[in-house]
Amino acid sequence: MDFYLGLAQIVGVHTLLGLSAYCVLLTGQVSLAQAGFFAIGAYVAAMLTVLAGWHILPAIVAASFVAGVVACAVGFPALRVKGLMLVVATLAFGEAVRLFFFNFDYQVARGEVKIGPAGGEGFRQIRFFPEHGWSTLDVLLFIWLFVALVMAALWWMDRSRAGAVLRAVGEDEVAAQSAGINVTAVKVAAMTVGGLIAGLGGGIFAHYTAHIEHAQFGVALATFAIAYPILGGLSSVFGTLIAVIFVQGFLIEGLRFLGDWRNLLFGGLILLAMNVRPRGLIDAATIAAIKRMRVRNREPGNARTEGAE
Amino acid sequence: MLELKGLSKHFGGVRAVDSLDLNVPQGEVFGLIGPNGSGKSTVVNLVCGLFPATAGQVLLRNEDITGLASHVRVARGVTRTFQNIRLFGQLSVWQNLWVAQNAVEHRSENFLRRWLGGPGRAREEIDRILEFSDLSGKRDELAGNLAFGEQRRLELARAIVAKPALLLLDEPAAGMNAEEIDQLDARIRKLKQDGLTVLLIEHHMELVMAVTDRIAVLNFGQKIAEGTPDEVQTNRLVQEAYLGVAEAA
Repeated sequence: MDFYLGLAQIVGVHTLLGLSAYCVLLTGQVSLAQAGFFAIGAYVAAMLTVLAGWHILPAIVAASFVAGVVACAVGFPALRVKGLMLVVATLAFGEAVRLFFFNFDYQVARGEVKIGPAGGEGFRQIRFFPEHGWSTLDVLLFIWLFVALVMAALWWMDRSRAGAVLRAVGEDEVAAQSAGINVTAVKVAAMTVGGLIAGLGGGIFAHYTAHIEHAQFGVALATFAIAYPILGGLSSVFGTLIAVIFVQGFLIEGLRFLGDWRNLLFGGLILLAMNVRPRGLIDAATIAAIKRMRVRNREPGNARTEGAE
Repeated sequence: MLELKGLSKHFGGVRAVDSLDLNVPQGEVFGLIGPNGSGKSTVVNLVCGLFPATAGQVLLRNEDITGLASHVRVARGVTRTFQNIRLFGQLSVWQNLWVAQNAVEHRSENFLRRWLGGPGRAREEIDRILEFSDLSGKRDELAGNLAFGEQRRLELARAIVAKPALLLLDEPAAGMNAEEIDQLDARIRKLKQDGLTVLLIEHHMELVMAVTDRIAVLNFGQKIAEGTPDEVQTNRLVQEAYLGVAEAA
């Protein structure tokens, strides 16, 4: 049972990470900086609870805020470049963040032990949950509360004018600016929201793993972050959730019995999924089909459904 | 309304637009014609701010807008359509117009309501423009799934929804059939009635001659003639630019 609870925790945190990339991707920007924002959130939140003795709630809110501010600052110069150059620029930023934490040593003596981030050895003893007697289930609910909040907020945003504008910029920047949209402002805003969400996810991640170190926030994590929304499709926030479940639940955990063959199959299955569903697992056609089904069920006068019954 | 003063755009050694002076009076439909590659589309791109001018000025209502970004010019009342249609294909017809509602009166709206609220009072205005563009039945269709003529109409609608004072139409009749061109003619006349100034670039001469008040003719980035449709039609330089000099004959 604990295995599944742990898996659900991973899925929750990775969904936040994927959703942060989803925001940025809506505007057509491929950003590999999300793992960097995630790392910033993780370290800030952990330092606040461990060193400053904060409660986790304000700590992750502050972590989210800090990551958002950094994302906004990174957004301005980074979004001046496009396409592959943006990928390289954001990748460089992510690596810079990782190397910063590799060298970041800020330990404080508490009694006989020293606590705090210790450079390459990482940041151990992030013990807010066990110290406050939270069970695995409590932690799980805590994580998913935030996943649900973020998903609801993004789902709503998708239906507002802001969502339409993000997508418009993602489709055609020239047309968007000719339609009066301030493309730079929209892209930086998307980057900032992405940073806020990644920071929140990072803050939570630091506390359930209890030990963070630079190597966890490398290129692999950045690639996962961007792979979720691409694999899940940009038509809906639920695509990202389903992609995380597919990757973490099925490809990584479900295929563990295959041993070394798993890594080979992992890449193959992602390729297969992208080929079979090029616009993502949940694309516009899927959503249209779901809507049609709902409409049909709602109309009892529909001759076809009556005939079927 | 619109005044170009010595406007130039050079791409490397190519002088796409070469110190062009042009005055488009308020409330007129002004035609800009010329052979392919004469710099017409470049003029539109300079006026709407897609790329910076090499030299010269663009004045709107006597204010210099040469250095302003595209979206700021939209707020000042300059909108455009594209020669090769550029819609937001994955958005619905209605959303295409919703994102383009950037008129000043909308900007002053409450920030949260404008960005995170539902359609609200934007709806009536959009419905009116859909009606005008004969797209009312298609409001929830994805723009990418529309037929060609409908896409052209939607692009015009998107340019109108921001409440422009000056509308730049870059070959709006390209690829249209005779009936659609008649409808376009009627729409341009209606927009003129409503007080819009229109800069029309078009190869379809029948439409240009019928709908414009004045015409300027470009060749190799320079203005070679300007006048009423009748004057331009009989101008020898214009005939040479289009048909070539009759030297071999």
